[in-house]
Amino acid sequence: MIDPTMPPPPTLPTNYTAKPGHLKTSTGKTIRTEEMIINMGPQHPSTHGVLRLEIVVDGEIIVDCIPHIGYMHRCFEKHCEQMTNYQKVIAYADRMDYCSAMTNEWAFALAAEKLLKIEVPERVEYIRVIMAELQRIASHLIAVGTYGIDSGAYTPFLYAFIDREKILDLFEITCGARLLYNYIWIGGLSHDLPPNFIEQAKDFIKYFRLRIKMLNDLLTYNEIFVKRTAKVGVLPKDVAINYAVSGPQLRGSGVNWDLRRDDPYSIYHKLDWQPQIGKGEMGIVGDCWDRHIVRMREMEQSLNIIEQALAALPEGNVKAAIPKRIRPEKDAEIYVRTEASRGELGYYIISDGTASPFRVKARGPAFVNLSVLPEITRGGLIADLVLTAGSIDIVLSEVDR
Amino acid sequence: MEFIQTLLANQLIVSILLSTLPLIFINVMVLVVLYTEMKVAAHIQDRVAYMRTGWHGVLQPIADMLKLLQKEDIIPTKADKLLFRMAPFIAFIGTYVVYAVLPFSSIYIGSNINLGAFFLVAAGSFVVIGILMAGWASNNKWSLFGGIRSAAQMISYEIPTALAIVIVVMITGSLNLQDVTKFQDGGIGNWIIFGGPLPWAQKLMLMPFTLITFLILFVASIAEVNRTPFDLPEAESELVQGYNTEYSGMRFAMFYLSEYANLFTVSAVVVSLFLGGWSSPFNSFMSGPLWGIFWFVTKAYTFVLIQIWLRWTLPRLRVDQLMFVSWKVLTPWLFVCILAVGLILVI
Amino acid sequence: MSSIGIYFYNIFHSLYTVVIGMKITIRHLFTRSATVQYPTIKKKIPERARNRLFVNIDDCIGCNLCSIACPVDCILIKTIKSTPDMDLGMTSKNTRKRLYISCFDIDIAKCCYCGLCVWPCPTECIFMTDVYEFADFNRQSFIYSFSIMTAEEITAAQRRLKKYNDEQTAKKLLP
Repeated sequence: MIDPTMPPPPTLPTNYTAKPGHLKTSTGKTIRTEEMIINMGPQHPSTHGVLRLEIVVDGEIIVDCIPHIGYMHRCFEKHCEQMTNYQKVIAYADRMDYCSAMTNEWAFALAAEKLLKIEVPERVEYIRVIMAELQRIASHLIAVGTYGIDSGAYTPFLYAFIDREKILDLFEITCGARLLYNYIWIGGLSHDLPPNFIEQAKDFIKYFRLRIKMLNDLLTYNEIFVKRTAKVGVLPKDVAINYAVSGPQLRGSGVNWDLRRDDPYSIYHKLDWQPQIGKGEMGIVGDCWDRHIVRMREMEQSLNIIEQALAALPEGNVKAAIPKRIRPEKDAEIYVRTEASRGELGYYIISDGTASPFRVKARGPAFVNLSVLPEITRGGLIADLVLTAGSIDIVLSEVDR
Repeated sequence: MEFIQTLLANQLIVSILLSTLPLIFINVMVLVVLYTEMKVAAHIQDRVAYMRTGWHGVLQPIADMLKLLQKEDIIPTKADKLLFRMAPFIAFIGTYVVYAVLPFSSIYIGSNINLGAFFLVAAGSFVVIGILMAGWASNNKWSLFGGIRSAAQMISYEIPTALAIVIVVMITGSLNLQDVTKFQDGGIGNWIIFGGPLPWAQKLMLMPFTLITFLILFVASIAEVNRTPFDLPEAESELVQGYNTEYSGMRFAMFYLSEYANLFTVSAVVVSLFLGGWSSPFNSFMSGPLWGIFWFVTKAYTFVLIQIWLRWTLPRLRVDQLMFVSWKVLTPWLFVCILAVGLILVI
Repeated sequence: MSSIGIYFYNIFHSLYTVVIGMKITIRHLFTRSATVQYPTIKKKIPERARNRLFVNIDDCIGCNLCSIACPVDCILIKTIKSTPDMDLGMTSKNTRKRLYISCFDIDIAKCCYCGLCVWPCPTECIFMTDVYEFADFNRQSFIYSFSIMTAEEITAAQRRLKKYNDEQTAKKLLP
């Protein structure tokens, strides 16, 4: 049902005529110019999914840019209301952002655990942190790789995916699946770590530190890449905060805000790591290069976190706190936010006392981060639009749910 | 060439024969370069490509060719039919015609005109018209973008190309490419990139400038043929396929053919101007008319490999950065080189 | 730095980073590729892998727990109560089976491979195998029927149950 009190989504009015202009040539004649309305349509090699960007251009300079979303809406929140058990929602939640499934599951499990007032064993917390940080590295590898493709360098993508294969192998020996895990359950985990996990993870950490250096040499500090991304798509600090962006995009604009430290959950306060901030090293604070380097450095920090967590892993039973029946009290509601790979992922659950949730609302970080796109691309070139949209790192399934 | 003329004693048949030889060469060479590019790209990216058709995929380029030949010929309804049909052929003609002046060997050059290098630059600009026509006639805003960007790019990179050729002409004194190659005959020390067959003092002073000119010519030629890092007109991430978007089947094959033939042309030009063309690097060992073809193709192929290497390493430049590189980096340095080379040759 | 200094620095820095990038790619040109030539060579599947489901129907006691646990409702189980005089045998966990399984359909195309059905099964008769190559051309072939009862056996069991129920109601009506 369309709510008549809500304002309509922004589109160009149907009778929009492209604004004419006048160009004076050197001989004194005047040429009539006109703006062009182009669709970077739902099918496009670089819009990272089915996103439609309607661009009004004057030559190559963008006058306005309107994103149209909804091509990948799958009624996730409605499905959650039909689930007869809260544990079943985990299988749906990790399909919301398929590039970063562990963080999705963890956010929902945290919300449900707070609702049911369950406390999980120490070992479960440590393993969840290890899995989430591994997932963060995997998700950032996709972001970095596809950003390379957007800028024309096709090779770093494949190098990034070779590393991602190793992370997915780690996940596969633990829970059996490579992309959509259903691993982090409400109250615990579905499997304990297999015997060869710690060894394989330590090998991966040693291997990956060199690969980050190689990716930096190949892509990040390449002068052509720097020239393409520095001073492009600048997101000023106040605009970022006003638009409620979060995650690497917010930190790339110089805002020192990381939910793992500022609104702490789980055991992050016991580990030694630093949120990475964009400092405008190659241009202006908040440009595309800053967001890119924030992602690269966050991968290194995740490696540190995983190392510390592996060293301090306590013993315990990962299924000790999983409840037999999940029935929260009537009219209880909760909102829990976590730092997913793309930003602040929050779940708002209202329960009505039965075994299915009454309402589950997912606050997807990519949706909010995308809303800032018209602001930062105005006045830039089309080539910059592609790079700016890529640096926001959207996954359409999270935008549309 | 003379013996063929005496054999057949008919000028028309002789010229037809001599002009189809490069066509056959282009066709065979494009298959080889296509295969090389895919395999080299794959191994750079730590993967394998083309393992199924034939042993390690050697028959794949033939399969690609057959596929393109039998595809349906689609012309968009609102496209400008005449320009749409003409564009691929004009682009290919621009590429093919340049083969007439390339010295493949001491006995074979398609057309031994005294304006070889000038003809190169002039006829090579045909491709610009073809691409502009393709971009406009496709009735597609993205193709239009690609066509216009390409026109701007190719026109501005013809200046560094021409100026670099001027430097070589200053050293050798002739625009005829066959003469330029004969000038460099006699071993690796006589190549123009190392200063040419001049006395030691002049050579030492010339060497840095010819090296810079060689690099600038190489870079400008890559930009002329729309290869990464200068491939914004056909940038896959932004414009789907740029001016190529609406083409399918044999018309697309013409553009494809002309792109890969251009790869070789550019390498061949650089090789004949700076690296001694068909002359052997060892003085008289392995030299002769047939060895000439071998050396020419090998040296040009090395530069094709370098272009492929560059393509899969670097991101692409934006249009205004392209223009900056051409007008503010390549051209001023070439003016300095012309001044320096002129002074060194005079004193 | 003066602007002319920046100009020269940019040129040399660009060339330097380009050469570094080229060094990396040429090194990768000569390393072994990471491709596994499937289907000639198949990678080993770890033991916890979640692929196609299989049901050992001899062990199934018809408790319906797996069907309840499935998030996408891809398991359809229909059972017929057995009469006390019939002996259906024991499961591998030495419990007595009391229900005929007349229909056990898993729509493997709907299955989301979450593994939630495996955990509640009391006899561990439903489990995920390591088979992942089961693509097919026909949509109907994705509905796997695990029940081994033929149509005659089903009608016979239903008739037996009906007779037993009628006898029980008749017994209750007697004084």
